Amino acid sequence: MPLPTGEVIGILGDNLRLRKSVLPLPTRVATKWTEGLDLKRGGETVLYTGLMYQLIPYIEGLVQAQIKMGDSWMAKYTGLGRRVNRMVNVSAFMARPSAEERARYDQVPINVVHLLRRAGVEFGALYEDDLYSGALAYDLGLDEVVVEHAKKVHAAFKKHGVKTVITIDPHTTTMLRSVYPKILKDYDVEVRSYLEVLAEKNTGANGNGDKTSGEVVIHDSCVFARYEGVVDEPRELLAAAGVTVRDPQNTGRQTWCCGGPVESLYPIKAAANAANRVAELRAVGTECVTMCPMCYVNLSNAAGDSMRVRDISEYLREASAS
Amino acid sequence: MTALVNPGLATELARSDEFNADACMNCGVCSAICPMGVDVEVRKLFRYVLLGMEDKVRAETESVFSCLLCKMCEENCPAGVHIAENVRTLRHHIVRTTFGLGEG
Repeated sequence: MPLPTGEVIGILGDNLRLRKSVLPLPTRVATKWTEGLDLKRGGETVLYTGLMYQLIPYIEGLVQAQIKMGDSWMAKYTGLGRRVNRMVNVSAFMARPSAEERARYDQVPINVVHLLRRAGVEFGALYEDDLYSGALAYDLGLDEVVVEHAKKVHAAFKKHGVKTVITIDPHTTTMLRSVYPKILKDYDVEVRSYLEVLAEKNTGANGNGDKTSGEVVIHDSCVFARYEGVVDEPRELLAAAGVTVRDPQNTGRQTWCCGGPVESLYPIKAAANAANRVAELRAVGTECVTMCPMCYVNLSNAAGDSMRVRDISEYLREASAS
Repeated sequence: MTALVNPGLATELARSDEFNADACMNCGVCSAICPMGVDVEVRKLFRYVLLGMEDKVRAETESVFSCLLCKMCEENCPAGVHIAENVRTLRHHIVRTTFGLGEG
């Protein structure tokens, strides 16, 4: 049984309001990916993670705990848990991913740094001021909480003199690009995903197009494809990297959701949806490329050993290194 | 069987021009194409809103929050209904009126 919907939304909203993220991360964890990259602090153009890749291993731990709690006597004490969570960050104790797991997700922003540098893009980072965008809370209808949080993100941009933000994942992209302008006054930050930036530079992964780096089946992110119109860019970049792209039955603007958006409330439904999508993808290939951390984790979990799922940044980085 | 009707419900929900449940012509494309299948029937939810049947909307809370907001339905809607934003608006309403949440 799922945990009480209102209490779970309450905990996520409390965390965003009190701790600036639906699932608060220690600063050293959130900024670990920056180590050794010598990224300047702030500047007109910054790479912004919105914590999405860093958060996923923690969210996964929390979801597993939720599933166990939902089937136990603890479910009826969720309301009490919410009250305690306001004072003590309970959610942080429930999800404790291993260092290896965290490193796997940190590798994505690291890949993006190398790809952008190779394409000649100059940018900085916001380190501890790189905040969660509020995406999940916005989806859940916590509009007032999100507006207050968005003001904090906007203040961080102003503090560091940011004019252009380069995003990595689709959820942060759509929040900063399409939602913030509707809910904030005088917000005029240019927002582009790194896939768009690289595609515009027309560098792909810097010219490996004459080589064959294998064949993949592509899983478009719903948010990239239908909210932000990012469909051609990943295909162009993969082709330039020498990767042959196959499309599943539902693809591009007609892509089929991974199920991730309901995972925080109804993990069993999310898993069932992911299994359906994996069947579609498996009909075309055994190696799948994703461009969203939620798609990555949901499809990986559903696929098990039947299909290899990798983030697009891995293919592009490999091609640029060869 | 009786139903408590709030005739102003659709107006209360219409916080912006984006909310357009009244554009739905109940054709069923959204239901046919929804990855969540029978768990989410947005056209039924929108009908309840237009009829002012607030209790019926509340009774469908799990359905409202089971929507993936993936816009597969919206991409294929022949009437141009802003389905995802309409569902999000219903969530905002439930979050405030049923769960007592939403203060910034």
